[in-house]
Amino acid sequence: MAFEKVLTRNVGNRDALTVKGYRQGGGYEGLAQALKMEPDAVIEEVKKSGLRGRGGAGFPAGLKWSFIPKGKDKPKYLVCNADESEPGTFKDRLLMEHDPHQLIEGCAICCWAVQANNCYIYIRGEYTDAADILERALKDAYEEGLLGGSVLGSGFKLDMYVHRGAGAYICGEETGMLESLEGKRGQPRVKPPFPAVVGAFGSPTVINNVETLANVPHIITRGADWFKAIGTDERNTGPKLYAISGHVERPGTYEHPIGVTFREMLEAAGGMYRGGNLKAFIPGGASAPILKADQIDIKMDFDTVAKAGSMLGSAAVIVMDDTTCMVRSVARLSKFFNHESCGQCTPCREGTNWMELLLKRLEHGEGRESDKQLLLSICKNIGGNSLCALGDAAIGPVRSLVEQFPEEIDRHVREGGCPFPHRRHFQNGA
Amino acid sequence: MSVSEPQPRLTGLPEAVRAEITEIRKRYPTDEAALIPALHLAQNAWGGWLPDEAIEAVAVELGLAPAKVYGVVTFYDLFHQKPVGRHRIRVCTNLSCQLRGSDEIMETLHQELGVDEDEVTQDGRCSYIHFECLGSCDTAPMMMVDDTYHENLTPAKVRQVLKGLK
Repeated sequence: MAFEKVLTRNVGNRDALTVKGYRQGGGYEGLAQALKMEPDAVIEEVKKSGLRGRGGAGFPAGLKWSFIPKGKDKPKYLVCNADESEPGTFKDRLLMEHDPHQLIEGCAICCWAVQANNCYIYIRGEYTDAADILERALKDAYEEGLLGGSVLGSGFKLDMYVHRGAGAYICGEETGMLESLEGKRGQPRVKPPFPAVVGAFGSPTVINNVETLANVPHIITRGADWFKAIGTDERNTGPKLYAISGHVERPGTYEHPIGVTFREMLEAAGGMYRGGNLKAFIPGGASAPILKADQIDIKMDFDTVAKAGSMLGSAAVIVMDDTTCMVRSVARLSKFFNHESCGQCTPCREGTNWMELLLKRLEHGEGRESDKQLLLSICKNIGGNSLCALGDAAIGPVRSLVEQFPEEIDRHVREGGCPFPHRRHFQNGA
Repeated sequence: MSVSEPQPRLTGLPEAVRAEITEIRKRYPTDEAALIPALHLAQNAWGGWLPDEAIEAVAVELGLAPAKVYGVVTFYDLFHQKPVGRHRIRVCTNLSCQLRGSDEIMETLHQELGVDEDEVTQDGRCSYIHFECLGSCDTAPMMMVDDTYHENLTPAKVRQVLKGLK
């Protein structure tokens, strides 16, 4: 059966940028339907669908919503995580730039379900186009009565705002994001309390990723059973965006049923770049341990990728061919984590720095045989010893380098530097 | 380092910016939450960076301690505490771009502009830095010039983009 695109059906359809055009494709029917349901029934439907968070952690969305306390003693908030900064990830940008109302509708349904009257879309500061498109879409939605004092005449009040970040990966971590939203340095909070109890401005808060929320209108209009029928099994359901980049012929965001194999994804993206041979791939953004070419037939769902020792994460797939130096690649990722560590927890702040230095030393020919053990020891000291997941994320690629490509490290030591010729992509400066 | 500062330098927040900040404050239950949006506006007003007087003006506007505002400014990559070129170039050099030739883009900028990373050209026109993933890995290599993404770059394309910057 051919897979029908759900989340990306409006990509390239410029009409969908307006409320009027979006409605022509059935848009905002999910919101209208949800407003006729009891809020709890909306949560139940999302729970039943099996929708898991598309930002990285894969936490069940409906369950997260159900943690929000009932009652009106405190305001409640939805913060949409549009801080897409995981290296390799560019799927949310596509959703925001091409179908902003799908996201706004998903946010509005979530707000109704948890009875939140305020929603902030926290978008990374660099996404200026997406922020402008969302601002225009929000203005249009207010004018059409989809937001404001009485959403679609229901009496439900909902205000929604775009909030631009200022360039910090850690603000994608949910409590770092809340700190940043409140005008502070984006340093993650101690949990518990969890945001569902004490979130933005001390109030109960749901935080969901853009793609997660974009699924919601479809779950309401087409039902949880339709959603569950897509995917690998009942724990891995629905359509999924895969952002594929690196050494592939046609990098891009591709929508597949969750659980598509990596081989199928690669074929859809035109195969290997310039006919190269697959060496390794990262299945879920920079934080995900690297998989070798022999995993080409892996099903790209949460549980299968986890079982293989990595993670689906944000489903940002970075493909590397056999001209790629793994030490150099992981050194680049370590540089990233070192730069982005917020500095709050010592194991992460110091450890990410040491990992970057050791990997650079190896790449420059001053590495030692014992560096493999040293790297693993640093990983052990960081793992589980910091407040948020950044430290754990930083060790994923390093540990997989040492465990899966030890011979490559050895060659760097033996040959006094990088054995891979520095690849030139452009001839004669053209 | 060659430095060109915007002339004349502002001494306080322009009225239009103050009015905009007043509007933004209404979106949040605390004034502090308007800080990052206010800093973006102030940075634009000061020509792309935040000298001490800009930081102090924002602190006064929102009733915050200047030290608190400094703390926020230093945390985020998009805020600058030293002069930048009239055009600010950010080149993604993270893995997906590295795999597709971002090194050659950095080399081209170095050759064409004749200054090192994070320096300003003699005429104050440009400064460039390498940057973490900008979420444009499908069009690697890429760079951001001010607010605009330039994608699927080649050295020739970089030279063409530079030519268009006044």
